[in-house]
Amino acid sequence: MSIKLEHVTYTYSPGTAYEMHALKDVSLEIPDGQFLGIIGHTGSGKSTLIQHLNGLIRPTQGRVLFDGQDVWAEGYDLKSLRSNVGLVFQYPEHQLFETDVLTDVCFGPKNQGCTPEQCEERAREALRHVGFPEELYHKSPFELSGGQKRRVAIAGVLAMNPRVLVLDEPTAGLDPKGRDEILDQLKELHGTRGITVVLVSHSMEDIAKYVERIIVMNGGQKAFDAAPKEVFSHYKELEAMGLAAPQITYIMHALKEHGMDVDTSATTVEEAKQSILAALAERREKQC
Amino acid sequence: MLRDITIGQYYPAKSVMHRLDPRVKFVGTLAYIVSLFIFNSWIGYVISALFLAVMVKLSKVPLKFIVKGLKAIVVLLLISMFFNAIFTPGHVVFKVWIIQVTEEGLILAAKIGIRLILLIIGASLMTLTTTPNQLTDGLERLMKPLNKIHVPVHEIAMLMSIALRFIPILMEETDKIMKAQIARGADFESGNLIHKVKSMIPLLVPLFISAFRRANDLAMAMEARCYHGGDGRTQMKPLVYKKRDMAAYAVLVVYLAAAVAMRMIGI
Repeated sequence: MSIKLEHVTYTYSPGTAYEMHALKDVSLEIPDGQFLGIIGHTGSGKSTLIQHLNGLIRPTQGRVLFDGQDVWAEGYDLKSLRSNVGLVFQYPEHQLFETDVLTDVCFGPKNQGCTPEQCEERAREALRHVGFPEELYHKSPFELSGGQKRRVAIAGVLAMNPRVLVLDEPTAGLDPKGRDEILDQLKELHGTRGITVVLVSHSMEDIAKYVERIIVMNGGQKAFDAAPKEVFSHYKELEAMGLAAPQITYIMHALKEHGMDVDTSATTVEEAKQSILAALAERREKQC
Repeated sequence: MLRDITIGQYYPAKSVMHRLDPRVKFVGTLAYIVSLFIFNSWIGYVISALFLAVMVKLSKVPLKFIVKGLKAIVVLLLISMFFNAIFTPGHVVFKVWIIQVTEEGLILAAKIGIRLILLIIGASLMTLTTTPNQLTDGLERLMKPLNKIHVPVHEIAMLMSIALRFIPILMEETDKIMKAQIARGADFESGNLIHKVKSMIPLLVPLFISAFRRANDLAMAMEARCYHGGDGRTQMKPLVYKKRDMAAYAVLVVYLAAAVAMRMIGI
């Protein structure tokens, strides 16, 4: 029950002047139920990488395995792979096309061969999951605000009941409130439905708070693949790749340099607060 | 998937053809097309094919890349050859039902085929070696005299360059939307014609919306930079003829003269 990439290389327009190696020998495994983050600078290959996960593009070299089966083998049902692995593209609201919200969300289940009743049931459930207000179900998707459109688009993929949900920058261009809401709902989905979530982002703050494992992409290759705390401890290398660790990491390192005994591996504000309070208490004790 | 359409796509390389003034290339392409219709003998086609081969060689564009672009017009080519073969009266070679193929028809079809292939390679060689910007610059300069009779030359050139610029953008957009809908289980390939047309709706609606949005944004951006048409507008890199451009014109004149001369003495 996992997705596995074995030595995947992907080249755009091979053999022409536009040839570009987007991925170079990438191997990774995504076990069931993980909340995974993929970070990388623009052009680091993260979007190309996730398109391999549901068989949208075929690796130039290497294999993609789903549940242990090669998805590019003769006779493999790519359609079933795509309903198991839902992919939400960047700015997914640009793919909306129906006359009302509910019908648009029904598009995925309809393609899976569900009856109209099942479609609607699934669509309503998916819209509820992303926190979309019910009074807007019969509005045209083009009359909605940016954040609402984004929710509808995510629901459109969710309605297909995927076991793995891959999201490419789901919060790009949203205000902080909309961003937190969407990410919180994803976290909840991960908890209640038990689906695997792969979150692509270049914002460390977003990722640090939610994911259990981070893959850092750089120049088409995997630079790091570890738990957030460990990845952020390499913050100097991350900077060299045009990325940055969460602000908290910098503050904690600065405090440590000034002689305060804090835990530099803290990644969220809450953890940092605990660590600083503890350090302060200790200092006070020593002074007494 | 859409990246495979290469006909006329600019191919970056460092060659004499790439460095030539776009006006020369434009005039040259026109002259070459005219020559294809002046030549009316097999030896003429050999000469024009050789001429084109030399130009392709000079351009450093791989032949494979050009031939790949030709794939897009194979159907058109076959249709025009087919109709020429069956509708030309003359000595009948064979007959199937009411369709009769004549000897004259076959010869005409072959000639049309050769002309079309050479014509398309010739024309795409221009766009392969000239960036869209250069091309519209060249056109604008060539058409400048028409300004006197109130033809909005600059606006036409601007329209063209915007249209050309938007082709790759919209192609990329199509690719993206297509992938997004495939990820939602859409099927663009199987089914009968009606089914196929219907399956295009999830692609076309978002595509049109995005095209309008982009057009709107572009208009706004141009407005914000005080764009007001061609009057009094100067260029950062004005086109200037160099020695090699003159040499190219000379070659063209000789080539065209040869074509006319051969036609007149009936070779």
